[in-house]
Amino acid sequence: MFKSLRVGALAAALMAATSLTAVAEVVLHRDNGGEPETLDPHKTSVTTENNILKDMYEGLIGLSADGKLIPGMAESWTISDDGTVYTFNLRDAKWSNGDPVVAGDFEYSLRRIMDPATGAKYATVLYPIKNAEKVNKSELPKEELGVKAIDDKTLEITLESPTPYFLGLLQHQTGLPVHPATVEEHGTDFVRPENVVTNGAFIITEFVPNSHVTVVRNENYYGNDDVQIDKVVFHNIEDRGAAVRRFEAGEFHIVDEVPTEQMAHVKSTMADQLLVAPYLGTYYYALNHESEKLKDPGVRQALSMAIDREFLADEIFAGTMSVAYSIVPPGIDNYGEPAYAEYKGQSMIDREDEARELLEAAGYNESNPLKLELRYNTNENHKNAAIAIADMWKPLGVEVSMLNTDVKTHYAHLRDQGDFDVARAGWIGDYSDPQNFLFLVESDNTGFNYARYNNPEYDALMDKAAATLDLEKRADIMKQAEVLFMRDLPFIPILHYSSKKLVSDKISGYEPNLRDEHQSRWITVSE
Amino acid sequence: MLRYVIGRLLTAIPTLFLIITISFFLIRIAPGGPFDLERPLEAKVMENLNKIYHLDEPLWMQYVLYLKNVAVLDFGPSFYLRDFSINELFAQSLPISIQLGTSALALALVVGGFMGVMAALRQNGPGDYSIMAAATLGVTIPNFVVAPVLTLILGVWLGWLPVGGWGGGAFVNKILPVVTLALPQIAVVARLTRGSMIEALRSNHVRTARAYGLSAYLVIVVHALRGAILPVVSYLGPAAAALLTGSVVVESIFGIPGIGRYFVQGALNRDYTLVMGTVVVVACFVIVFNLVVDLLYALLDPRVRYD
Amino acid sequence: MTATYPNDIEAPTKGRSLWDDARDRLLANRAAVASMIVLAVITLLSIVGPFVSPHDYDAVYRDYVKVPASLEAYPKPDQVQPAFEGLAKRARLTIDSFQRDGDQVVAEVTSRREIDPRTIRYIDRSDLFTNASIGDFSENNRFAVLRADINYMHFYFGTDSNGRDLMTRTFMAGRVSLTIGLLATIVAITIGVLYGATSGYLGGRIDQLMMRVVDVLYSLPFIFFVIMLVVFFGRNFVLMFIAVGAVEWLDMARIVRGQTLTIKRQEYVQAAEAMGVPDRGIIRRHIVPNTLGPVVVYMTLLVPKVILLESFLSFLGLGVQEPMTSWGVLISEGARNLQGAAWMLIFPSIFLTSTLFALNFIGDGLRDALDPKDR
Repeated sequence: MFKSLRVGALAAALMAATSLTAVAEVVLHRDNGGEPETLDPHKTSVTTENNILKDMYEGLIGLSADGKLIPGMAESWTISDDGTVYTFNLRDAKWSNGDPVVAGDFEYSLRRIMDPATGAKYATVLYPIKNAEKVNKSELPKEELGVKAIDDKTLEITLESPTPYFLGLLQHQTGLPVHPATVEEHGTDFVRPENVVTNGAFIITEFVPNSHVTVVRNENYYGNDDVQIDKVVFHNIEDRGAAVRRFEAGEFHIVDEVPTEQMAHVKSTMADQLLVAPYLGTYYYALNHESEKLKDPGVRQALSMAIDREFLADEIFAGTMSVAYSIVPPGIDNYGEPAYAEYKGQSMIDREDEARELLEAAGYNESNPLKLELRYNTNENHKNAAIAIADMWKPLGVEVSMLNTDVKTHYAHLRDQGDFDVARAGWIGDYSDPQNFLFLVESDNTGFNYARYNNPEYDALMDKAAATLDLEKRADIMKQAEVLFMRDLPFIPILHYSSKKLVSDKISGYEPNLRDEHQSRWITVSE
Repeated sequence: MLRYVIGRLLTAIPTLFLIITISFFLIRIAPGGPFDLERPLEAKVMENLNKIYHLDEPLWMQYVLYLKNVAVLDFGPSFYLRDFSINELFAQSLPISIQLGTSALALALVVGGFMGVMAALRQNGPGDYSIMAAATLGVTIPNFVVAPVLTLILGVWLGWLPVGGWGGGAFVNKILPVVTLALPQIAVVARLTRGSMIEALRSNHVRTARAYGLSAYLVIVVHALRGAILPVVSYLGPAAAALLTGSVVVESIFGIPGIGRYFVQGALNRDYTLVMGTVVVVACFVIVFNLVVDLLYALLDPRVRYD
Repeated sequence: MTATYPNDIEAPTKGRSLWDDARDRLLANRAAVASMIVLAVITLLSIVGPFVSPHDYDAVYRDYVKVPASLEAYPKPDQVQPAFEGLAKRARLTIDSFQRDGDQVVAEVTSRREIDPRTIRYIDRSDLFTNASIGDFSENNRFAVLRADINYMHFYFGTDSNGRDLMTRTFMAGRVSLTIGLLATIVAITIGVLYGATSGYLGGRIDQLMMRVVDVLYSLPFIFFVIMLVVFFGRNFVLMFIAVGAVEWLDMARIVRGQTLTIKRQEYVQAAEAMGVPDRGIIRRHIVPNTLGPVVVYMTLLVPKVILLESFLSFLGLGVQEPMTSWGVLISEGARNLQGAAWMLIFPSIFLTSTLFALNFIGDGLRDALDPKDR
């Protein structure tokens, strides 16, 4: 015991000595909020991967520190008048092995993600590209994909139909390129640190599952001179309490998500390092439109009206969420003000009275209660929210029984058309466009339409919006759809998500943004 | 003896086979598959994925395929951590868990054993009560409380030890996880040792040894402890198997890349191959440790014979 | 000892059984007796507490989310005015004057519009005030006097993240945890002891076979077993015992079997065998009683394990569902609130820890009392 203690002390001393000599190296320790499932940009599906991938690769379109679309590998682009042909001019950039980045690399990459053999979970994001869906469904060979390298510097992408948010899609993590020669040589093993070739600001050196990913400066990156950080360590830990403690101890510079339970503590001791900002997501309760009890639109409205969202946001979620009176989060691109519920500004008392009348009209009251089963996936916050909402519904004569299951069981139940009355769910937008929220309840969207909402009028509006080029007209049509949504309430929007970060005061260049993306290339660490 | 060991190892094969078979079908009954996300996938995308991982074939075919692969010790690719194979994951994580588990076990045996003997020698005296109370504290406070409290005090407030991370296996990074893992075991070992030590101290052979005037140390260590350790040994079989296969709580709180988390992660993500891998690992540990325990029994107690 | 029990002399036919002896010796063990009292008090609190407590275990006090434990009543003196002002603001009233008169508050309020008499509901629905009334309206109804009583409440253990009284919830949780701790442990021990003793005593191939069954069960993925139960049978309190019992007897069986291997070589067992006592009789009369020492010790370790395992089952949807709760659930919630709301961890932990301490000392006492060599 004592012997090993001495050895340990010696090792610590040695480590201290080496870190002194390497004092020039700037290291950023980021909490990544969880484990990346893969670092293959074409298999990716979650934000824990996005954080790392965007540091390693750069797509045609990049993202500035404040979350705006900026030129990435594409220096400039033109869009045809009918909005279906995008022509990109590539900048002079290199892969980490010195190869130039050419248009053919993007052609290869976009074909690869659509190739059924790749098994890309999120290929759907890029379905607006011509023939993409057919290629992904093995109906056409991948060469038929609407992506063509005109020459080394020019890439032409043809779309199925005009898609005003297409540049946003290209910015998505699925739009990142891979180095064709490496993929051809190593197959699926190209992601290994010893094989990988990247075109972003950093390159991976280590991936320890359930621990961390280390990336270091890519000397061949075109913007290398502006990158301030030499090494980024992404700590892939899920335990949020532990992440905050490690931040307090100075082991982390950034905490990805502060847990609600810790907010009071964080606000009282580290308020200056806490950054809470709106985020592109909605927390909602799906109402089963096939359930007899919820058939009556009045009942659904009553349930929504009686929810005191301010209380949920301020007390239950300790200010980490904001109230939602619309399914589309405010501040989204291509939209304007969402279609808020009428009772947005009304006092809680009026709302409760009205809700009681509506339920009374449907034949429910405290002596003949409406009995609902509320399902949620196991999670402290969901539980607390469910308890609070059940308590708000109780005086109206709504009796709630709760059922929680693990997340896979929960969503499998919803997707497989299982029996339920009310179920919790949430949606984080993939791109900043109202379509990305309103499409959830299109009647043919069997995957997400947990409510089994079926309104031809709504579907027609969504189809019309998709065919409309003029952004303002398109926004109007979608707003009409959202009005229907708020009238029929397939989902009760309850809260909009916020990002809640702890950012050390040693960090600069970190700007909160709606997409909640923060590439390390914009960040500086001071000692 | 050798025949016995060989016999036991041979019975391990049907046991393992049975475990694999039951588990393989059991985990498929649970709803949700490895590619069900919070946001469902397009049906065709799911089909592509299922095809890549042979999940589109009939279950019995998958089973035969799995058995074939396991026979050559290939546990397949992970469905969740898609850049790794199960073999790679375990090669990286298992040594870490074993290292932590053995350290915790050794600590528990030494400290717990010592406490137990001391308590037994002072049976029902204040010394006994205070030692047992201290030991009991270890088992009554769950590790998901101990771990954050320890890190908060020693890591955040005092700054003596790192709050988390494996640090490539540096000694300072191991202290808190090992202590957290060992605390409940110390309590168990202390209690079991105390109990059987009291019995052993009264047994005839110890009385005889005492009557011969052997030194107290010799009596305790050689004669009494040898008999007293039996229940501890039979407890340690399963305990060691559990400790060496990692702890999900300790690993997630301290951010240690061991295999403990794979049990829960694998199950909750329906990562079938990962779950099967953990099942096989646990089964091997259980079988080996139970064999070791049985052999130790025969070694420590001449009355026990396997025939 | 007999001298103190003259009955024994008068009725010599009624011999003192092992159990009588054990009971007397247990009662002579002060630590064990004290522990039994503690355990009885906790049990009583769990059963009676929720009825006696002024709060319902599922009552949500929205104005008291996560308030610290305190012997003083809520609202605290400095909370009254800000809370009242906040409520007035929600009712769109401006406060001209605010006066606190003992347990009553009086405020003169104005509004730019006509004051709706329903506004008192804002005051009444608050957990801080009660009996609100509004009167002395001015002619244009834009000025009035608002009165309300302060509604004092005690939260001795504080409240949880939904503003529910933690004391009542801790008592309520005790019912679940003590039940499962006791019942599941008994199930596990009964199966484990019988199985282990049989296996060890019979030995040979049967022992090998029985132990391999234990190995198999031990290795199966427990989480899937639980998920399967949830999926097929839904949530069910009884299933929880099955799930817990099904796993926890395995260790017990191993330990008892180990003990049995030693015991069956003892002279008295061999004597019984020679006398032709059937196997079942030997196991029941000789083997099982002699394994009780380690069994009792192990039992005291099993109880905490089972109580905490319950919180994991709840995570998977098999255990208790809100608004019911258990110590395991409360403590795991508390552990997450360690910084910021430590009372949520401390109070349930005190209950769990004292229960376990008591059980441990009772266990030690029992072990000593049952020790056949210690007479």
